[in-house]
Parts: sequence; C-alpha cells; structure tokens
Amino acid sequence: MFGKLKFTDIPTDPLILSVVIGMIVGAVAIIAALTYFKKWGYLWKEWLTSVDHKKIGIMYIIFAVVMLLRGFADGIMMRTQQAMALGANQGYMDAHHFDQIFSAHGTIMIIFVAMPFMFGLMNLVIPQQIGARDVAFPLLNSISLWFTIAGGGLMMISLAIGEFSNTGWTGLAPLFEKEFNPGVGVDYWMWAFQIAGIGSTLGGVNFFTTIIKMRAPGMKLMKMPLFTWTSLTANVLIIISFPVITAALFLLTMDRYLGMHIFTNELGGNMMLWNNLFWMWGHPEVYIVVLPAFGVFSEVVATFSRKRIFGYKSLVYATAVIMILSFIVWLHHFFTMANNPNVNIFFGITTMMIAIPTGVKVYDWLFTMYRGRIVFTTPMYWTLGFLVLFVLGGMTGVLMAIPPADFMVHNSLFLIAHFHNVLIPGALFGYLAGFNYWFPKAFGFRLNERWGKLSFWGWAVGFFLAFMPLYVAGFMGMPRRMAHYNNPEWQPYLIVATVGTLIIGFGIFAMLVQLFLSVKNRKKNRDLTGDAWGYGRTLEWHTASPAADYNFAIIPHVKEIDDFARMKADGTAFKQPEKYYPIVMPKNKPYGPIIGALAIAFGFAMVWYIWWLAVASLLAIIATVIFIGFDNDNEYVIPAGEVKRIEDERFEIMSVASDQNIINEKEEK
Amino acid sequence: MIRKKYLKNLFKGVGFLGLAFLLSGCEKMIVFNSKGPIGQQQAQLIIVAFALMLIVVIPVFVMVILFSRRYRASNKKANYQPDWHDSHKVEWVIWSIPVAIIIVLATLTWKYTHALDPYKPIKSDKEALQVEVISTDWNWLFVYPDENVATINELVIESGRPVRFKLTSATVMTSFFIPQLGGQIYAMAGMQTQLNLLADEPGVYHGQNIEYSGTGYHTMHFNVIAKSPEDFAAWIQQAKQSPEALSTERYQEISGKQIENYPITTFSSVVPNLFHDVMAPYMEWMGHGTMPSSHDNMHAPDHSGHEMHNNEHAGHDMPEHEMATDTMKMNH
Amino acid sequence: MNTTEAKNMDEAQVIAAEHAHHAEINTFGFWIYLMSDLVIFSVLFATFAVLGKNYAGGPGPTELFHLPYLFIETMFLLLSSVTFGFSMVAMNEHKKKAVIIGLIITGLLGLGFIGMELYEFRELIMAGHGPDKSGFLSSFFTLVATHGTHVTFGLLWLVVMIIQVIRQGFSYGVRSRLVRLSLFWHFLDIVWVGVFTFIYLMGMV
Repeated sequence: MFGKLKFTDIPTDPLILSVVIGMIVGAVAIIAALTYFKKWGYLWKEWLTSVDHKKIGIMYIIFAVVMLLRGFADGIMMRTQQAMALGANQGYMDAHHFDQIFSAHGTIMIIFVAMPFMFGLMNLVIPQQIGARDVAFPLLNSISLWFTIAGGGLMMISLAIGEFSNTGWTGLAPLFEKEFNPGVGVDYWMWAFQIAGIGSTLGGVNFFTTIIKMRAPGMKLMKMPLFTWTSLTANVLIIISFPVITAALFLLTMDRYLGMHIFTNELGGNMMLWNNLFWMWGHPEVYIVVLPAFGVFSEVVATFSRKRIFGYKSLVYATAVIMILSFIVWLHHFFTMANNPNVNIFFGITTMMIAIPTGVKVYDWLFTMYRGRIVFTTPMYWTLGFLVLFVLGGMTGVLMAIPPADFMVHNSLFLIAHFHNVLIPGALFGYLAGFNYWFPKAFGFRLNERWGKLSFWGWAVGFFLAFMPLYVAGFMGMPRRMAHYNNPEWQPYLIVATVGTLIIGFGIFAMLVQLFLSVKNRKKNRDLTGDAWGYGRTLEWHTASPAADYNFAIIPHVKEIDDFARMKADGTAFKQPEKYYPIVMPKNKPYGPIIGALAIAFGFAMVWYIWWLAVASLLAIIATVIFIGFDNDNEYVIPAGEVKRIEDERFEIMSVASDQNIINEKEEK
Repeated sequence: MIRKKYLKNLFKGVGFLGLAFLLSGCEKMIVFNSKGPIGQQQAQLIIVAFALMLIVVIPVFVMVILFSRRYRASNKKANYQPDWHDSHKVEWVIWSIPVAIIIVLATLTWKYTHALDPYKPIKSDKEALQVEVISTDWNWLFVYPDENVATINELVIESGRPVRFKLTSATVMTSFFIPQLGGQIYAMAGMQTQLNLLADEPGVYHGQNIEYSGTGYHTMHFNVIAKSPEDFAAWIQQAKQSPEALSTERYQEISGKQIENYPITTFSSVVPNLFHDVMAPYMEWMGHGTMPSSHDNMHAPDHSGHEMHNNEHAGHDMPEHEMATDTMKMNH
Repeated sequence: MNTTEAKNMDEAQVIAAEHAHHAEINTFGFWIYLMSDLVIFSVLFATFAVLGKNYAGGPGPTELFHLPYLFIETMFLLLSSVTFGFSMVAMNEHKKKAVIIGLIITGLLGLGFIGMELYEFRELIMAGHGPDKSGFLSSFFTLVATHGTHVTFGLLWLVVMIIQVIRQGFSYGVRSRLVRLSLFWHFLDIVWVGVFTFIYLMGMV
C-alpha cells in the first residue's frame, strides 16, 4: 500500500522535527486564515488558476522568496557547523545530516530560487516590455509554474518524510547509484529536479515563442529592450540545455529503478558520462540565471542614469557571444579528471574567452553612467554593488579556467567562494534590483527605499564577509563539504564567514521589513502614471501600474529603442486614443494546479515505490492533458466599451498624477 | 572563556582577511607555500593571472566610484548628455584590452597546461618512486610496488626524488590532493590515473581527498612525510620488518565495508598485483568474444612513462595500450 | 494584430484574427518543443556512442539483432508517415471520412511498429539480455524504448484526434492540433531512421 514508506521514516532528530512542526503550524495557520476570511474562492479563482502572466510572475517570485528562506536556513546551518566542528568539537550535527544540508542548499538555490525568480521577472515584464497582451501560451505558462512548485513541494516533503540526497546539487557518479545510496534521498533530489526541470523547459519554449512571435509591430530584434534580449538568449539556453539534464536524470532513473548500467562502476557503466552530461546543462544553466540579471542591470543603469544605454549593439553581441560560448566550456568543471592536456586547454581557453564579452558589458554599464544624472535608488544600489563584487568573481573564474591553477583550488572552498561570488552579485543582486525596480509595475506602489537600501547593505557587506574568507580558506587547502576538520588554522575564517552569513540574514530581514512597511504605507508611494520612477524608457512603463488584464488597450507601434522614452519626448506617451476595440483574452483554468498536485503525487510515489499511486497519478496527468484538448472554452472577449471604461478611469487618475509630477520636478530643482 | 576564544579568532580572521590578498606568500595559505616544483609553478601561475586581470578589474573599481560621485543627480555642474550612447573609440578600447589580456592568458594556459600536465614525469637524475594509490570507503591505501611494502592513511616519500603516483578507486570517485606539493587528480574505479609530484625538502605535508565521497569523506586526510634519502631508506627497511602483511583478506577487511579513520599501519608485504586486481572487477566489460581480452594485458603494467590519458567521451577506461593509441589520435 | 488591422473590427473579426495569429504561434512553439525533444534523443544517442561497445562479456549487436525483422518494423513506421501525409492532404480538402480512415491506418501501422518492438524486447529479456546486463544493453534499451514511448504517446494523441475530428469536424483547434501531431509523427520517423542507422545497421557492421 505505501511502498517502502514506514512510520520510522519520519525523522526524530529534534532539529528537523522542530522545523517540520514549524512548517506544519505555519501551513495550518495559513489555511485557517484563508478559511476565516473566506478567501479560498478568491485565491483559487484570481490567483492559483490564473493564466495572467503578471499574476503567474508574482506567484513565481513569492515561491522563490519562500524557497530562498529555506535555502538560506540551510546555508546558515552549514556555516555554523563549520565554524564549530574543529577537532574534538563535532559540531551540532553528524556528517550524514550535514551532507543532506549542502545538497539541499545547492538544489534549492539554483532550481527553486534562481530559476523561479528569473521566470517570475520574465513573466512580469516581458509581455509588457514587448507590447504584448500575454505570453504565447498562457495555460502552458500556468502549468510551468505548477511543475516548478511541485518540484519545490517534493523538496519540502523530503525534510519531513525520509531524507534528502547527500550527493550535492550536482549529483556525484557513481556515489548516487543504488549500490552506494540505497535510501530515498537521491530519489527525492532526482524527482524534484526532474519535475521542476520539465516546467523550466516548457517555460523556455513559451518565452522564446513569445519574444519571437508576439512583439509589437515595429519592434525589430535590434530594437528590443535589453532585458528582453538577455531573456531571449537565456531561453535559447533553456531550450537546448534543459533537455540534456532531463535525459541525464532519466538515465539515472533507469540505473536506480531498473538496475541499468549507465553511470555505474561495473558492467560497462561510465561515471564520467554523468559529469559531461550534467555540466553540458550545468554550465549553460549558470548563464540562464545570470543573463536575465544582466538584462535587469542594463535597464536599471539606463533608467537611473537618465540616459540611453551605452553601446546597445555591443551589449547585444556580447550577450550572444556569451550564449554561444556557454555551450563549449562545460569541461572546465572537471579539468582534474585526467583529461588530455589539449582537451583541457581547449576548454580552458573557451572559458576565459567568456570574460571578454562579460568585461565589455561591465564597461558598457559604466559608460552608461558616464555623463548621466544618476539617481541613487535601491535598484541602482544593487547594480553598483553588483559591478564591484561581480568583477571579483569573474577574476577568480578566469583563474580557475587555467587548468594547472584549477588543479590547486578545484573542489576547495575557493571554488565555493568563486561561484557564490558570481551567482550572488551576478544573479541574485540582479533579481533583487529587478524586484525593486518593477515592484511598482506589479502592485502600483513603490517599495520603501530606506529599508531597501539597508537590505542592500546587509547583503553586500554580509556577502563580502561570508565569502572572501572562503577564498583564503581555499588557498589554505580546505576542501568543500567538510562536516568536520582538524586544522585549527581554518577556523577563524569560517567564523568570520558565519558572521557574514548572519549579516546577510539581516539583509533578508530588512527585505521583509521593507515589504511590510511598503504595504502598510502603500497609499503614500502609489504610482499613478504607470511610469513609476518617472524615468522609464521601455514599453512596460507605458501601461498602468498594475497593468490592466490586457496590458495595452491599443498595441503600440514601436519606432525606436527605448520607445517609451521616445513617446515621452514626442509628447504622445500619455495621449488617450480616440477609439477602443474589443480584446480577446485567455480564460483562467484549473489545469495548472491540478497537474502540479498530480506531479507531486507522482514524484512522491516514485520516491517511495508506491506503484499504484505512481501509475494512477501519471494516468491522471495524461487524462488531464487529453481533457485540455477537448476544452474549447478558453477565451473571452472584453468589449470595446469595457476597455474604454477601464482606460478612462486610468486617464482620470493620471491627470491627478501629472500635477504631482510638477511638484516633484520643482523639488528636484 | 570559550566566547573569548571565539572573539579572538574573529578578530584574527578579520585581520587576515585584510592582509590576505596583499600577502600572497602568507605562510598559512599553503597553496602559496609550496614545497615542490609543481606546486610552486602552479602558485606562480595563479599570481601572474591575478596581476593580469587586475588591469581590467581595477579600472572598474575606480570608475564605479568616480562616475557615481561625479554624475550623481545632485551635481548639476556635471556634463549631462542623455543621448550620448555610442562611441567607437570607447568600444574599441573595451573590446581590445580584454581580448589582449585573454590572448596572453591563453598563451600561458597553453604553455603551463602542457608543462604541468600531471602525467608528465618530473625531470630528475633520480628514478621516480612508484606509489600505487587506492582510495576506499574511506581510507587511502599506498602501495610501493618496487619495495613491496604498503601503508594506510600515511604516505612516506623521499625528498628530492620524483614520485609517480598511479591512482584508482575501490569505490566511488575521489580526488587525491597534497596542496603543498601540487595539484589534485581524480581516482576512479576500473581506471588508472597518474600524478607526478616532488617534495624539495623533508617535512610533513597535509594530504586529503577533496571530492565528496560519502559520509566518511571528511575523515579522508593523511600526512605526507617527506624523508631525506637516508631516512627514507631506513624507513623502507623498517617497514619490511613490520609484523603486518597486506594479504587479500586484509585488503578485503579494509575495503569491504565502510570504515572511517583506519589506524595508520605499515605492511611489510603486499599481495602481488593488488592495484590491478582492484581495478579488475570493473573492467570485466571488455571480455567479449570478438574483442581482445583485457585480462591478457592487465598484468603487464606500463612503466615506460609515456603519456597516457583518459580521452574524453570514449576510450577512457580502456586497457593501457589502447588508451595510449587513443591519446595519440587526440594529439595528432 | 496591430491597430491598423484592428480598425473597425467587431468581436467576431477580432477573434478570427486572434485565432489566425495563434495557429501560427502554436506551430512555431511546437517546432521549438520538437527541437528540445531532439536534444533528449541526441543525449541518448551520445550515451549509446559512449557505452555501445561495453558488452560486459555478453553478446553484441551481431548476435542480438535481426535485420530483416527490423526492416519490416521500420517499414511499418515509414509507411505510417506516408498515410499520415495522405490524411493531411485530405484535411486540406475537408474530406472528413478520408482523414479518419487515413488516421486509423496510420494508427494501425504505428501499433504494428510498437508491437514488433515490444516483441523484440521480450525476446531479448527472455534470452537473458535485459537492460541490466551491460552498458551496451542499458543504452540500447533506453534509447529505443524512449522512442517507443514517444510513438505510444503519438498513438494516444492519434486516437484523441480521431475522436475530435468525428465530434468537432475541422474546427480551428482540431486543424491546429492535427498539424502539430503530423509534425510530431514525422519527427519520430526521422529519429527512428537515426536509431535504425546508428544502432542497428552500424552495430552490425
């Protein structure tokens, strides 16, 4: 009936148990609150089943932030363990527990924080930035979201029932084979990853199609905003690289469930194949999460320098070069696998070549600031912080691209410091800049600047203290993933790193306070015009904040890069059109959450060998997909009169706002 | 008391941090305190590469500070050109400088990747000491085939004499690393990898597994004791007197189940061909009727010293003579 | 749809324009999906290229594969692509009956292909050459069975489309889906040609 699952699989470790109880209490509280305030219907109709890209974007980001808290908790536990576990002191957890934590931390941060945050921003912004009313496949968009959430759900379940993988976020062949890892941990990792990965692939197909096929008339490729450009390249990477991990995880599934010999030691398996396949996805994945963040920086730096982006073409070409190069560098993740030196040299040089377009981008952003009028808002803080910190990460990256140098620091804490130094400033700072930048577009009011900046300082200072010591510890020869060590010289650095992590914790706390205060004072910070910062350059600032369901009552004709800036200069930006037309919009559908729930059931059943449930949920997913094929009631029309009513209301509000703007401009002078 | 110690360490850490990047020769950063030619060159390479990259990185710091001060919105005196967005001169510079630096680095990469190839024997008038390394769950076994002795969890070598390691794993993938002597290399089941190192002076160096290999991974460290030629010869003689022998049974006791921190032991004799027998179970796949049996050449280890590499994608775990031909194909 | 087109449109026209635009987008999006699916097959091919000679002391392709049998199996799939082509021609001429007959024949041929493949698998496993015996057999079974699973899903989709053609005729949605199914079917055909060539033919040489 329940496969391998027994009552004893529920962990009794007080630490885990308290977290699990906390999670259950939280869930019960939320459910109770929803029931008490009778919000279930609203939540289901307006949010969970929504196919509106703006709402899907918000849900992606909420999910990412929740998972960020979990991933950060894992991070802080690792740091405190390592700060303590020297010599006679075993720390507060055993190696098995520690190993699960570093595996969960990496998996969560990459798959369930970076990816959904990126998709969230793309959802929020791309359709509005290219002058479209929705994405190409709105229902598929909802299904992608729910696949991602299903994967995350499975991750959370692994905390309460059974265990998680101990083989790191990358998986380690052949350690993850049944022979060495008979428990359910690796299966949890594999299925959570696989289910979320399918969601990402579908999302990639969706956004690629959206950007190629749904742009407003006149928006040629070389007139697209840079966030759209970087997202386009990220989606190309998703479409080409995610299937690789899907196939690789599928091959591992075959090994673990059917006793095959793909990555095994014996009978003709090949463990080195896993390293190749994983990193053929894994390296492009780094650029999947980093490139859209680069797009955010491009938007932010132009907007707040109140100046057109410097070297638009250069930035586009640099992005494209990064995209192409990212496919031919994967081997640098295992220079130490005794490859032929010529092979190592090839991949080493392709890797360092990526530094060229990246360096160019950094200088293009700097020259955008040059002769600008820089307004130091929170998004701009994140951007400047990124510029300073990211180049350090880039520098250590080039260093590790030199094979003989890599031999000395590979798998050490130096490597840990390096990729956090790339991903935290390079991806996360970008997302948080985007979060602050586009928040008013999503909700109609700006975030609190004071706490936003405090959050930035928490992250920036905390990051510096948390990871710079790890570079040093790496040079001192400290390996990654040590549950315990005997070298007292490493400890001071690990203690400083823990302090840094706590300061990052303050940054996260400040972010939550910022959200709370902003919601509380939302009336004060309302954005009435849609051009929330007043310096918006791209089309998303042309819509209302938050935008109407259809985004644009009339699809704009694009003439230039930064077309909204052009409209403002022409004086056509806030002119009400004379006539409106009916608009066709997709209807909300419950299939996303249904498939998501079934996917969790399927994943859980596979992990625990509950075959009847696995078969039943898989059949139910197929049946749902067939049912979608028969559901022809998937669009509705907003009549022209209704569009006019909504738009009239907006222009009414804007006329109030224009008076305020005059006041603002006076203040500036 | 404890708190005081933590605080002290905290201050110590902050202090080190500030100096860390300035004092690249800092004694505690053992990567830069190399006791062998391989490690020294690798450390120098790291420093040269850092210096080169600073050419691009330092201007970024300067410009961030300079531009954000000068062009802040409140500074109305600054030149404001909202439409200045293109400059061929600037573009030319920002593309060509990184290109130039990468060309230099690529040349260095080319030169040093060949020079510091772990498979490359170290030039010396002394014949290299042969050591066969077997990683188990979770111990390191060192076999000295020419001397017919072995140790576990402690490696003894002769200073001033090159050491040629052959590595394999009895279980999962591991990475053999002695930071003060030189870079690491993976050990994999059914395969043999190689590493050449040399310790210039006698001393005790730290060695460890640096690829996660299960719950006992963090215990997989060992001391590398480099002895002067006389002391080393004496140690070999002493080892030969050890009452312990590394028989097949003893090996199975060590590798059969998961053991952490197996007591350091010296074995006076080793069962013949142990290293190859460890690889053998994972090489069975070659025994197809129409193909040459690997067992024929498995016991003919190649000591000739020419390069043999795992060729990416295919042929990596072939018997040695095939690997050699494969490498030649790659090199042509 | 842009503003000039939208001038003086009533609701029906707006919907029609939206559908026309979406039919094009759907096909494009499906192409992109097929490309990502192709990457999955490429990985499985690459896996076979790496592991395909690791027989682990067991038999290799020459002992296991029977080309005449596989040739017939292949013909089933190739022919089904032809009959699907006929169905699409009939769809463009709005011949409902011809489309349904064409689809049924396509389905039967596909079923024949799957049946022969399953029989081949059964024989191999019964003879002790299951996927858990060697790296070669693992990568062989994974690749061929992944293709087979795709064909099975294609068959399921085919059944759904026959029902939809009967019930809804050639509505906008049905036509769009039939076009995509035909792309999918031909795609699987092409992948099979790759499987036949690289796994079976080249294995025999």
